[in-house]
Amino acid sequence: MNYNWDWNVFFKSTGIGNEIYLDWFVSGLGWTIAVALAGWIIALALGSLLGVMRTLPNKTASAIATGYVELFRNVPLLVQLFIWYFLVPDLLPEKAQIWFKQDLSPATSAYLSVVVCLGLFTAARVCEQVRTGIQALPKGQNYAAMAMGFQQAQVYRYVLLPQAFRVIIPPLTSEFLNIFKNSSVASLIGLMELLAQTKQTAEFSANLFEAFTLATVLYFVLNMSLMKLMGWVETRLRVPGMMGGAK
Amino acid sequence: MMGFDFSQIGPALPGLWDGMALTLKLLLMAVGGGVALGTVLALLRLSSNPLLSGIAKFYVNYFRSIPLLLVITWFYFVVPLVLRWITGEFVAVGAFTSCLVAFMMFEAAYYAEIVRAGIQSISKGQLNAAYALGMTYGQAMRLIILPQAFRKMMPLLLQQSIILFQDTSLVYAVGLMDFLNTARSKGDIVGQPHEFLILAGVVYFVISFGASFSVKRLQKRLAV
Repeated sequence: MNYNWDWNVFFKSTGIGNEIYLDWFVSGLGWTIAVALAGWIIALALGSLLGVMRTLPNKTASAIATGYVELFRNVPLLVQLFIWYFLVPDLLPEKAQIWFKQDLSPATSAYLSVVVCLGLFTAARVCEQVRTGIQALPKGQNYAAMAMGFQQAQVYRYVLLPQAFRVIIPPLTSEFLNIFKNSSVASLIGLMELLAQTKQTAEFSANLFEAFTLATVLYFVLNMSLMKLMGWVETRLRVPGMMGGAK
Repeated sequence: MMGFDFSQIGPALPGLWDGMALTLKLLLMAVGGGVALGTVLALLRLSSNPLLSGIAKFYVNYFRSIPLLLVITWFYFVVPLVLRWITGEFVAVGAFTSCLVAFMMFEAAYYAEIVRAGIQSISKGQLNAAYALGMTYGQAMRLIILPQAFRKMMPLLLQQSIILFQDTSLVYAVGLMDFLNTARSKGDIVGQPHEFLILAGVVYFVISFGASFSVKRLQKRLAV
């Protein structure tokens, strides 16, 4: 293939200020991490709540959570993102609309939309994992806690959740990695995260292969290091006495 | 607050159907190619040759750790260049072909893991019995192992295909007129973007929800 590889391109000036192309990638990676982490906080909090609701004896609570999961799992992520970015702001009261559309910088309003979108989208998946984790515990745990006079909230707080969360760390890790990958949709509403910066570099410098190779490597390394980190967390928190548990 | 006016959706239906037809065409071709390539990868992964299984393992880990949107965008640029390099002449490659290649190669990594689990769930005695009957590896796989494995993993393959159906909406990134993109542009033209976006969401929901409901029923029927 007649392609002139030029790996020095990342240290060349972009022609805008004193920036070099590598700066764009650093800033893009920063946005990707900022989106994923903020979205993950929402996903984990809301997902845990919904997961608990699905296991409650109360029919209404569990129906609400089930409906939520079905709704957010069966609409494509991109459609959800467009709804949060284009549609929902128009339904807000007038003052909030002006704030969202005029007072905020375009990057901030895109950021807010993506974080809410990814948070609620991933919450449905986290919910399923939390529910599975709770249901996988022996029923005796629940009964024993009730026999000791715990109220329902206490049963969850002190007995069920601490065990369930430690069991579901591996599936939660894969959702955690997914939110990093899914954050790339932010590039479609103009947030300059890693993928958007890659496209911009490819277009500005015409060094298409180098730009996309670097992006691939960055996503790959990010993924691998998070996996290693979560593997370490999992070993630290293993429940003694369970399969593969700590000694 | 604003009111919704869905009056323009009726006249737009033929155009929307064209978009849905493209989405379904892309989906079917990507599922076919993805499952075929995924099966090959799974067989390589289970091969006793460390080089072959290493290549398949790397392929799967590689595609599973990068975003689909990155693959779509990259392939949009790269597929024409690679084809020119292979054939030596300039071939016009549309967005559809490059998206199809991207989906097939990306989804193959996910299908490969499902197929591998399916093959591994078949008892070893089946393979030994096939060998004892004088079958070659190819015959044993094609006639004995894979038919049983596919029956077992059908629900998982379908579930993954429903996810793929939703993911086809990402071709928006390269401007392919799939269902979502058609709905967006129709909505913009008639000045009812919100209504058309809601319609798109409802259509995707109904199809995915209906499909996963049927898959769950199928799973119950197939359960031994």
